[in-house]
Amino acid sequence: MKCCRDDRAGRSNCYRLEPHEKIDVREILKDLANYRPRRKGWTWRTPRPGQKIGPFTYRETSEPLKRSIPLPAAKYFGGIDPQPDYVITTEIASGRFEDDIRRMRMAAWHGADHIMVIRTTGQSHIDGLLEGTPEGIGGIPITRKQLRATRKALDLIEDEVGRPINFHSYVSGVAGPEIAVLFAEEGVNGAHQDPQYNVLYRNVNMQRSFVDAAVAKKIMASCNMLQIDGAHNANATAREAWKVMPELLVQHAINCAFSEAVGMKKENIALSSVPPTAPPAPALAYDLPYAVCLRWLFSGYKIRAQQNTRYIESDTREATVTHVLNLLVSRLTSADVQSTITPDEGRNVPWHYNNIAAVETAKQTLLGLDGFKEMVELKKEGPLPAKVRELAERAVLFLEEIKEKGYFNAVAEGFFVDSGEYPERKGDGIARDPNGGVAAGSIVKREPGYYAPVCHHFGFNELPGNPQRPCDLIGGCTLCRPEKIVYIDELDPEDNVERRLAEVEARRGANEIRPEVEWAGDGYITCTIFLPEREEVAEAAALEIAARMGLQENEVIHKRVMHPAEGTLVEIKGIVPFAIDRNGLRIPEKPQLLSEEEIREEIARRPLKAVCGTVGEDEHSVGMREIIDIKHGGIEKFGIKAVYLGTSVPVEKMLDAAIEEDADAILISTIISHADIHRKNMEKLARLAVEKGVRERFILVAGGTQVTHQLAVEAGLDAGFGRGTRGIEVASFLVKKRRGEI
Amino acid sequence: MRLDHPADVRASDFEARRKKLAALSDEELKERFWELAREIVKPLVELAYTHTSPSIERSVLLRMGFSSLEAQAIVSAAEKRGLLGKGVGRVLLEYAAKKQVDYLQAGRELAAGKGWDEVEAMYGGEDR
Repeated sequence: MKCCRDDRAGRSNCYRLEPHEKIDVREILKDLANYRPRRKGWTWRTPRPGQKIGPFTYRETSEPLKRSIPLPAAKYFGGIDPQPDYVITTEIASGRFEDDIRRMRMAAWHGADHIMVIRTTGQSHIDGLLEGTPEGIGGIPITRKQLRATRKALDLIEDEVGRPINFHSYVSGVAGPEIAVLFAEEGVNGAHQDPQYNVLYRNVNMQRSFVDAAVAKKIMASCNMLQIDGAHNANATAREAWKVMPELLVQHAINCAFSEAVGMKKENIALSSVPPTAPPAPALAYDLPYAVCLRWLFSGYKIRAQQNTRYIESDTREATVTHVLNLLVSRLTSADVQSTITPDEGRNVPWHYNNIAAVETAKQTLLGLDGFKEMVELKKEGPLPAKVRELAERAVLFLEEIKEKGYFNAVAEGFFVDSGEYPERKGDGIARDPNGGVAAGSIVKREPGYYAPVCHHFGFNELPGNPQRPCDLIGGCTLCRPEKIVYIDELDPEDNVERRLAEVEARRGANEIRPEVEWAGDGYITCTIFLPEREEVAEAAALEIAARMGLQENEVIHKRVMHPAEGTLVEIKGIVPFAIDRNGLRIPEKPQLLSEEEIREEIARRPLKAVCGTVGEDEHSVGMREIIDIKHGGIEKFGIKAVYLGTSVPVEKMLDAAIEEDADAILISTIISHADIHRKNMEKLARLAVEKGVRERFILVAGGTQVTHQLAVEAGLDAGFGRGTRGIEVASFLVKKRRGEI
Repeated sequence: MRLDHPADVRASDFEARRKKLAALSDEELKERFWELAREIVKPLVELAYTHTSPSIERSVLLRMGFSSLEAQAIVSAAEKRGLLGKGVGRVLLEYAAKKQVDYLQAGRELAAGKGWDEVEAMYGGEDR
C-alpha cells in the first residue's frame, strides 16, 4: 500500500498496516535511527456523553474506533462496539518485543489504549542504561531501540484503529533519572515512578531513591507524562491485603506530595489503586469504603484502577469474577485508567489471548454498567461513611507517627507492609537501613557553583550568566533539539532481534503454521479434560493422555476437584511437535455477498419466489424462520416471496408446491441428523426433482445445523447452509445463482 | 525482614488514639492528612534539592547529547575523582573551554579516558 510521505530527514516513509496483513517487524526495524515520536505526553479518550450507538444511548462512552473487534454478543446489536470512557490498560512483556508488538495490535483492536511493558528481571538494579534488543526474563530489557521500535509500531497501530495509544513503562531502580530522559526523548507517555517502591521492594538505598526520584519526576513532568505510583504493591505483598488500607493511603500521599513539590502537576499524577480483597471475602464491604475514601482524600488526582492479583489462583473463571467485581467498584466510584490483569496471571506469564480476555472483561463490564450511577447511589449514612472516616483517621494517625520519627526512621523501623491494621503492628513489616541497600552512599552534596546546562533539571543549579534557557549554554539539549540524541543500535552481536528473527525464519518456512501463546510459533496448546477420577489419579491420567496425543513438555496448569470421588477437571499445556503446511490446507471459500441494496433492487426488478419448509419428521421451525422472517433479517427483507409450508413436510410435497406456485427456489430445512437423515432428505429432493424433470427449473437449497455446503452439493443440491447462516447469505446466493454467476 | 524487638509489636489502640481526631470535621481531617504528608516530604525534597547522584549526572550528559556508554564512562571517571558535586556537565564545559574545543568532542575524549589529568589539575585540592 503506498501512502508515501517524506519524514523530516527526507526519507520515504511508506509503511502502514493493512488489516489483513501481519505486521512486518523488519519494516518496524527499518531506519529506526531516524524515527521520532509524533507526540509526547498522555492522551485521554474523548468522552461523548449521551452518544447514540446502534439502538442505544450511552452515558459513559468515548469516541468510537475506526477499526475494532466488538464483543461476541454484538452480533445481536448490529455489530456495535462502543468504547467506554476510561483508558484501558493491558500489560504486555514476554521478553521479546518483536512478539509483543503483535499482541499489542490485537489488544488495540479489542479496546486497549494503554500498553504497559514490564521490565526484565533485575533491570532496576542496573546502574545505567541498557542498549540493543537483548531477550528478557519475565519482562523486556528497556532500551532506546526497544522503545523506539515499540513506539513506532504503536504509532502504526493507532493509525489502524483510529485512537491514540499510550505507551508506558517504569522509571524506577537506580537509573531512574536516565530512564526518565530516555522516556521523555522517545515519547513514552506514562510511567510508574515511586521512590517508596525502590526502597521497600527493590532494596534500593532510600536516600538515593528520593534524590533520583526528584530529577526523574521533573523530567517526566516536562512532557506531561502520566505518573502512576507503586502503592498497590503493598496489597500484593501483605499477608492480609485488606489490613494495609491505611498504609496504602499513606504511601499514595507521600508520593503525591513529593511529586507535586518537585514540579509535577496534580492532573499528571495517578494513584495505582487495587481493591484489596476478593471472594470468598465479602469483598465489596472492604473494597468499596476504601475506594470511596481514596477518591475523597485524593480529589484532583487521577485514579488508575488496577485489578486484584493477590488472590489469583490458576482458575481463570475465578479471576475473571474478581475482576468484574473490581470493575463494579470502579463504576460505583470513579476511575480514569482502568488497568487489567490477565486471567492466567496465576498460571504463567500472560498469553496472547488472555490479554485480550482481560481487556474484553473490562470493556464488557464497563458497557454493562453504563448509566448505572444514574439509578444507584452510595449511601451517605450507615457503615459506608463510618468506614471511610475510620480509614482516613487511621491514615492520619499513621502520618502523625511518621512525621514524628521522620520518614527514613519509620522505614528503618519496619512501619511499612506490616500485616497489622495500623495502629496495630505485627512486627513483620519490611525494614530497610537508611544507609544500606543497593547504591548506598552514592549521593553527593551539590557544591556551590554546581550546575547542569540542561532543561528540566531539578534542584540547586547555579547556571553561569543567567541564560534564558539552561541549555542555551550548550546550544540546546536533547529535550529541545532531539537531533542531538545519540542512537545506539546493538551492542551484543549474539543476543539481538535480528538473530532471533533469523532463527524463527530458519525454523519455520514461510508456509508453516504452529500454535502460539507467547513467542513466534512456540507450539503451545492447552487441553481441557474432565476425568471421572479423584484429583491425583486425574492429574496423572491427564498427563498420560497428553503424552499419547504426542504433545511435549506437558504440564498441568490447572485442576479443580468436582467431587472427591466423582471427578476432576484438569487443564494441561503441551507443545505440538509438528507444523502444518499452509499449502496443504483445504479452506472453504467464503462466498462474496451482494450488498443489501443490490439484492433489493434486483428482486424489485425480477421477483423471486421460494417454497420453504422443514422436511421429514421434523418439527423444528426456528432455523427456517430465521432465514425467512423479515424481523430476523431473513430473505423476505429483500423482497423475496417465501411460501412457508410448515414443519414435517414430505419432500414430494415441497416439489409439488414449487411446481404449483411456479417458484424459483426450494429451501428445505433438515435439522435432526440421526441415521444421516439430513443427507438422505437432501438426496431425495435432488432425485425427485430430476425424476419429475424440473431439476433445471428450481434452485435447490438445504439448511440445518449439520448441513455443510459440500454435503449439500454432494447430495445433488445447489447449496447448503450450516449453523449461524444469515438471511442475506441465502438471498445473495439465490440472486447470484439465478444470474448464472455461480 | 522480621523485627523481633517487642516494642515493634503492638495491639490496636485505635479507639484511644482516634479520640483526638474526633472533633475534626471530615474536611479538617482531610486538611490534616495533606498537611502531614507535605511536612513529611519536606526534608526529602530538601535532600533531593541539595544532592546529586551518578544517575542524575548521567542524565545530564544524556541531555547534553552523549550516548549512554559515554555518559557511563565520563560519570564513573568523575565519581572516582570526587567531581560529581560540581556537576559533571559543568566540569565538561569548563574543560572544553580550557581546551578550546567543542564540548561534545571534549566529552568524547573524556569518555575515552583522555584528559582526566588536566581535569584533576583544574579542580585539584578543592574540597577533596
